[in-house]
Amino acid sequence: MELFKATDVIKDYAGHRALDRVSISVKEQSVFGLLGPNGAGKTTLIRIINQITAPDEGELFFMGRRFSSGDIASIGYLPEERGLYKKMKVGEQAIYLARLKGLSKQDALKNLKYWFEKFEIQPWWNKKVEELSKGMQQKVQFIITVIHQPKLLIFDEPFSGFDPINTNLMKSEILRLRNDGATIIFSTHNMASVEEICDHIALINQSKKVLDGNIHDIKEQYKTGIFEIETLVGANTEEVFQNHRFNLLELETRGIRKRIKFQRTNGESNNELLHKLTANLELCSFREVIPDMNEVFIQVVNQANQKVK
Amino acid sequence: MNKSIIILQREYLTRVRKKSFVILTLLVPFLFAAFTVLPAWLAMQDDEEQRTIAVCDESGLFTGKLENTEFTSFHFVPSQEFANLKSNITGGPFYALLFIPSDIMTTSTAEMLADRQVTMDIKNMVSGKLEKIIEAVKKKQIIDQAGIPDLEAKLAATRTNIRLSTAKVNEKGDSVKSSTEIAMAAGYVAGFIIYMFVFIYGAMVMRGVMEEKTSRIVEVIISSVKPMQLMFGKIVGIGLVGLTQLLFWVIILTILITAIPAFLGSEEMMQQSQNMIAAQAAAGGEDNAVLKGIEMVSNLNLPLILGTFLFYFLGGFLLYSSLMGAVGAAVNSEEETQQFMMPVTIPLIFSIIILFPIIRNPEGPLAFWASVVPFTSPVIMMARIPFGVPAWELILSMVVLVLSIWGTIWVAGRIYRTGILLYGKKVNLKEILKWITYKN
Repeated sequence: MELFKATDVIKDYAGHRALDRVSISVKEQSVFGLLGPNGAGKTTLIRIINQITAPDEGELFFMGRRFSSGDIASIGYLPEERGLYKKMKVGEQAIYLARLKGLSKQDALKNLKYWFEKFEIQPWWNKKVEELSKGMQQKVQFIITVIHQPKLLIFDEPFSGFDPINTNLMKSEILRLRNDGATIIFSTHNMASVEEICDHIALINQSKKVLDGNIHDIKEQYKTGIFEIETLVGANTEEVFQNHRFNLLELETRGIRKRIKFQRTNGESNNELLHKLTANLELCSFREVIPDMNEVFIQVVNQANQKVK
Repeated sequence: MNKSIIILQREYLTRVRKKSFVILTLLVPFLFAAFTVLPAWLAMQDDEEQRTIAVCDESGLFTGKLENTEFTSFHFVPSQEFANLKSNITGGPFYALLFIPSDIMTTSTAEMLADRQVTMDIKNMVSGKLEKIIEAVKKKQIIDQAGIPDLEAKLAATRTNIRLSTAKVNEKGDSVKSSTEIAMAAGYVAGFIIYMFVFIYGAMVMRGVMEEKTSRIVEVIISSVKPMQLMFGKIVGIGLVGLTQLLFWVIILTILITAIPAFLGSEEMMQQSQNMIAAQAAAGGEDNAVLKGIEMVSNLNLPLILGTFLFYFLGGFLLYSSLMGAVGAAVNSEEETQQFMMPVTIPLIFSIIILFPIIRNPEGPLAFWASVVPFTSPVIMMARIPFGVPAWELILSMVVLVLSIWGTIWVAGRIYRTGILLYGKKVNLKEILKWITYKN
């Protein structure tokens, strides 16, 4: 069941098209990665989902219905450009922003208490925001984003400004929120974190969606027949590789072992490949190299840009 | 609850609870009272030192005629002793030595010697006394020469002092006592207060919008409420802060004005004011000048003045603050505001420049047009109201103002909506005007 869907969204700004027929579909209780280089149109799409701007064309659906202005209370948004009222006290400010999202004062207070206890930041309640460090402000902002228990959460670069410990804390919180039933749209340039938490991604480049799908399917789709094996020193590997016309990429000797990275040149299956290798070599390990999201990202964006040229 | 109300509450409460607001609200009436009452009170603190002035009168005209005052006495000495006193002036028993030459009637000069600079009050008092005596002597000579009987009394009878009383006549034909001076003062004060509050609180709206933009919190808020709701809550909230401050000033000033005479408690002051009333009554032949003043103030049609004041106060604020809010949304830093604030505030400054000429001539064409044009009408119409303005002019001015507020809020809202989410880009006026035509 999809929680949010956008079909053929077009948005024009004076003289340039920020989004060109972009469609995305976000499954309920999943983490959806929205990727793309700077200026591709991600922020515009996020602003459209938040109803900050309206699309020129295209339709939006929320929980199967047409998106309405009342749905805004079911969305939590952590913008990339973060900010709070600097002179306002943390607790007061959190209650204010929660009330703007439609929470009553009592509910806001109750939920805030829960989060402040969870993050062990009760002493901050009466501090002004400007007295907090940047990382502390980020934590407060995260709480403000999730305080009204929204069905859809949008995080734009949520880990920027966090130290590794807090980044881990945020990651586990995001995954816990998903497990508790929330759906998450997650925009970042950090591909390692995409791999860790995303179920599904869409890649936007120059206002167009160029890639879309389950993260594992995509990686499978972009694998290029590269394998990494380890064998014992002494085996005549060069001869084997020449016989099979493998493309040798890397060769490294580590003690009594040799690590070899190569690319297969024909369409044989992994099992057939393994048979060939075991017939000639003493294998210590065998692994098909799946590209990481970083490589997929660079490959797709470069391809798309070349096509445009 | 409506989200604009939540925003309004925050805008209001955070500002009203600020230390600077509390201090300013409490302090200004006291400062105002201090600056008006203190000089008057200090002036009343008479110089109570006993002084004796030695007089050497070579002309002989003044002997026995220089009367002692409460704190100053004159002591006549012969010439020889005077020379002696002059050489021992320091530490002598006299405050000063007055030398009147024998030819004072023709030269009109005299000399006062002292070991320090003689005070202004003493100098004026002495020269005044001498002048009076000499004038009396000269007058007597002329009267004696002319030989007209009772000339002095006849001359005194020619002295004239016209008292032109003014009255406004209402539709029923009843004339109401009025005063041009009181109408001028009321008009000036009302116009000036509106000018000041629109300026200060309009700039506050601008800074509030800019704070939200530069701190980036606006993106979070805009994902919860519509930009227009945010702008509305902010403007109304800040407007109420202004009204609160004004209300407190009025209350505190009223208390001070009634309390100060009692507090200073000096019978002297009471006596002084009674003396003044008596003097005025004597001069004007009226029973009670103060009562008359109070009557004329109450004849100003206070309900109309207060009602229109509130209307133009809020109207002027809404008109200007929406535009200033748009300026705050368009810029990225305080420095950039200057170029856009200029065109917005020029009409406001213009209205304070023409305020005084208009109070002097509240019926002229400048007064009429300036009180219809919405950018000057809040200040100018308010200044004219105490003089009485035809109903159709007042209604026209109000309708134009309301329509203009509607228009500026529409324009400002469109600039605001686009500008508030546009970070880091320096914009010019042409681009801002383009935003007005943008779709949502």
